[in-house]
Amino acid sequence: MFHSVMNFISLWALPFIIILILTMGLIKKVPIYEVFTDGAKEGFKVSVNIIPYLVAIIVAISMLRASGIIELAGETFAPLLAHFNIPADIIPIMIVRPLSGSAALGIFSDIAHTLGPDNYATTLSAVMVGSSETTFYILAVYFGAVGIKKLRYALLVGLLADVISIIAAVTVCNFMY
Amino acid sequence: MNYIFYFLIVISIIAGAINGRLPNVVNAILSGAELSVKVAFSLIGIMAFWLGMMKIAKQCGLIEIIAKLIKPVTKRLFNEIPEDSPAIGDIAMSFSANAFGLTNAATPIGIKAMEELQKHNKDKTSASNAMCMFLAMNTAGFQLVPATVIAILIGIGYKNPTSIIAPTLLVTAIAFISAIILAKIFQKFWKPQYIKSHCSMEREEPIGKQSGYKNSEEDSD
Repeated sequence: MFHSVMNFISLWALPFIIILILTMGLIKKVPIYEVFTDGAKEGFKVSVNIIPYLVAIIVAISMLRASGIIELAGETFAPLLAHFNIPADIIPIMIVRPLSGSAALGIFSDIAHTLGPDNYATTLSAVMVGSSETTFYILAVYFGAVGIKKLRYALLVGLLADVISIIAAVTVCNFMY
Repeated sequence: MNYIFYFLIVISIIAGAINGRLPNVVNAILSGAELSVKVAFSLIGIMAFWLGMMKIAKQCGLIEIIAKLIKPVTKRLFNEIPEDSPAIGDIAMSFSANAFGLTNAATPIGIKAMEELQKHNKDKTSASNAMCMFLAMNTAGFQLVPATVIAILIGIGYKNPTSIIAPTLLVTAIAFISAIILAKIFQKFWKPQYIKSHCSMEREEPIGKQSGYKNSEEDSD
């Protein structure tokens, strides 16, 4: 029941928003076609503006992933994390999740396929991937788009939230499964 | 950010050299740079679409209505932003898009919100409190249904894929609320530079502060 309601909302949210915006525009006599194209012009400029910030972040993170240090950190921390009932397979996900969304999804998919549906690691990594965001990417894109160079505490808060979400995921999963 | 950028790159090169993966690290520069441009260019079309839609929504007063609906919440979270600013409406729209997992719409609308927040920012190169709060809300990744994850679980024949919705929702809500609280706490101590220059007692020590806060946070967990 809950799932079908959620599916319905996911499916209809976008079409509903679009119809709502266009209908209300017509009712209020907004020249929707002209206003749309006028607003859309900005799309190119914004996308090009974020390129330098994306290059800085994505190149640095690609280099980090290629260096093999993430696997190394995983091996180092595995005994420590075993104390908290965190399987070693999960460690790459914990490290990669704030850095790269597609990479985290790739690792999750890999864990799911190799360990199978009945493994605790599959469930835990599913919750971890589903419950957080790619902090570095968001910071680069959002701050990049408006030319902010001093992030102040934004990155720290983002990373702390990631740490909290990992702790919460482990606690909740330990409790439920 | 300067130190993090330096740290990420230098540590990668050193680790790459030790692991004998230096060629991979050097190749990653090229592939990473290429990927960044691909990501940016893939955004152009969808960004244009949603910026166009948002402009209609703004002109017909829809954003204003949404902004009024969530005013009790935003008034507290974004107390530096005037209540009637279009930024509030954009923030609300971006949050809804995120909650429903509409990533394609969420990024352009979020950027639009950042542009509105930038208009209220006193120092255009440094993040304002409101921006940090908005980013905190975004990086916590509040989402009602993790659709991609469920799709993968269905793919491997997971017994009851939707059973992960409840724990995920709980975890993401905890992270989301913590991020907001943390942002509120940090904004008291971590003043923007233009204010700092007026109070000479405060010295800028981003790195020391950062590790200091981090430790105390981990201790309390």
